[in-house]
Amino acid sequence: MIEIKNVSKWYGSFQVLKDCSTHVSKGEVVVVCGPSGSGKSTLIKCVNGLEAIQQGEILVNTTKVNDPKTNLPKLRSHVGMVFQHFELFPHLSITDNLCLAQVEVLGRGKEEAREKGLALLDRVGLKAHADKFPGQLSGGQQQRVAIARALAMGPYCMLFDEPTSALDPEMINEVLDVMVELAQEGMTMMVVTHEMGFARKVANRVIFMDQGQIIEDTTKEEFFGSPRSERAQQFLSKILHHCN
Amino acid sequence: MNYNWDWAVFFKSTGIGEEIYLHWFMSGLLWTLALSLCGWLIALLLGSLLGTMRTLPNRWLAGIGSAYVSLFRNVPLLVQLFVWYFLIPDILPESMQTWLKQDLSPEVSGFLIVTLCLGLFTAARVCEQVRTGIEALPRGQRQAAAALGLTTAQTYRRVLLPQAFRIVIPPLTSEFLNIIKNSSVASLVGLMELLAQTKQTGEFTANLFEAFTMATLIYFTVNMGVMFTMSRLERKLRVPGLIALGGK
Ligand SMILES: Nc1ncnc2c1ncn2[C@@H]1O[C@H](COP(=O)(O)OP(=O)(O)OP(=O)(O)O)[C@@H](O)[C@H]1O
Ligand SMILES: [Mg+2]
Repeated sequence: MIEIKNVSKWYGSFQVLKDCSTHVSKGEVVVVCGPSGSGKSTLIKCVNGLEAIQQGEILVNTTKVNDPKTNLPKLRSHVGMVFQHFELFPHLSITDNLCLAQVEVLGRGKEEAREKGLALLDRVGLKAHADKFPGQLSGGQQQRVAIARALAMGPYCMLFDEPTSALDPEMINEVLDVMVELAQEGMTMMVVTHEMGFARKVANRVIFMDQGQIIEDTTKEEFFGSPRSERAQQFLSKILHHCN
Repeated sequence: MNYNWDWAVFFKSTGIGEEIYLHWFMSGLLWTLALSLCGWLIALLLGSLLGTMRTLPNRWLAGIGSAYVSLFRNVPLLVQLFVWYFLIPDILPESMQTWLKQDLSPEVSGFLIVTLCLGLFTAARVCEQVRTGIEALPRGQRQAAAALGLTTAQTYRRVLLPQAFRIVIPPLTSEFLNIIKNSSVASLVGLMELLAQTKQTGEFTANLFEAFTMATLIYFTVNMGVMFTMSRLERKLRVPGLIALGGK
């Protein structure tokens, strides 16, 4: 579903990604973790072409992302993305947030978009808030709306960039629960997160990044059992320690 | 000061038919409003377009925007007016010259030139306000819109501009007030707007103080009206649950 082949990227002379290769198969949940500044966000934003790459190749469902001929808006409309800071559109009501891209990008009728949006809002447990504005919801609620907004496009995979790290601790679980459910339904997901509980529960594989490189790319069992690299071990002990 | 205020002057006959001096002020006010509103329309449309261009990834478009601003913001308004009024018409193609100088009455051609001048001058300032508004939005908004599949044009129309305009209503109000005040430069090229009528009344009646007091009151009232309308607009567009847009 997602193929990342020998991808390198530079910001000026600074190399953010160094020859990264990995893949996410259909129905798979892959968790990406690593220290701050290691290039996790950059990598995941390359998948839907929000960031351009200078070397290598990225395929999403056999469409080459880094091909100038690719219709990026069309590709992106099928790849859901959830951001650390939610990024709901604050001037639009929750319903309009859910409908905007359905109508503008997919060309759905207003009524159909609304129905679809409300059904998904119900699914993330926020039906009662349909007419509110983002600023009137808590962080956890906003993030659940953001997930519903991405799902409304009927994506064939979902990208998450630290979806819970801007949340107060008591709101983290309400978002993770939605994500776990999504994973269990078979959604293909690439998730940047430090929530190792989530990784343990639903991840198929874990990728560990450091300084722009993919250091480990293993099954969850192996990663939590015995990470091979020292950096990953250190990192794991730090965040697991931190969590307890 | 031994000045004999005579407020009745406004109701005295100008000597032309039934006309009183108050009529001069009213006609001046209408010209001032027409100049300001038409100029503002140009400024708002062109300024928004240029401001948007300055935030686009395309270097050429952004470059055109910033060149425009440099040119129109760094030359005094009066110099611009004289260039538009005295120089540009002479380098126009023959047919346009005939149209401007002969087919149109001097009043109308003067009005067109001053409106254009005010509009283009103010557009540079509107451009900078709009650009600032767009740049004040969190980077993630643009990315979130793109990630949903919106094109750049859709992103601007539905996501960025509606938020940016809400942020810049207060500075745009200032520009609106400025263009009303700046429209008084038209008096220097013989257009009988409010300031010109005021001066003329002063000269005809020797009641200079009354005339300028009247002008002051009229400008003040018009601008207060604009401020009031704009703050109502701002309140009407305010987004529930949002104290100030464009943090982060
Ligand atoms: N637009 C940019 N221009 C220059 N450098 C950038 C830019 N964006 C990111 N970087 C740099 O690239 C590196 C990787 O950034 P990235 O955001 O991908 O890290 P991350 O792993 O997501 O970190 P975090 O956990 O803090 O989110 C960092 O060193 C960052 O400073
Ligand atoms: Mg990041």
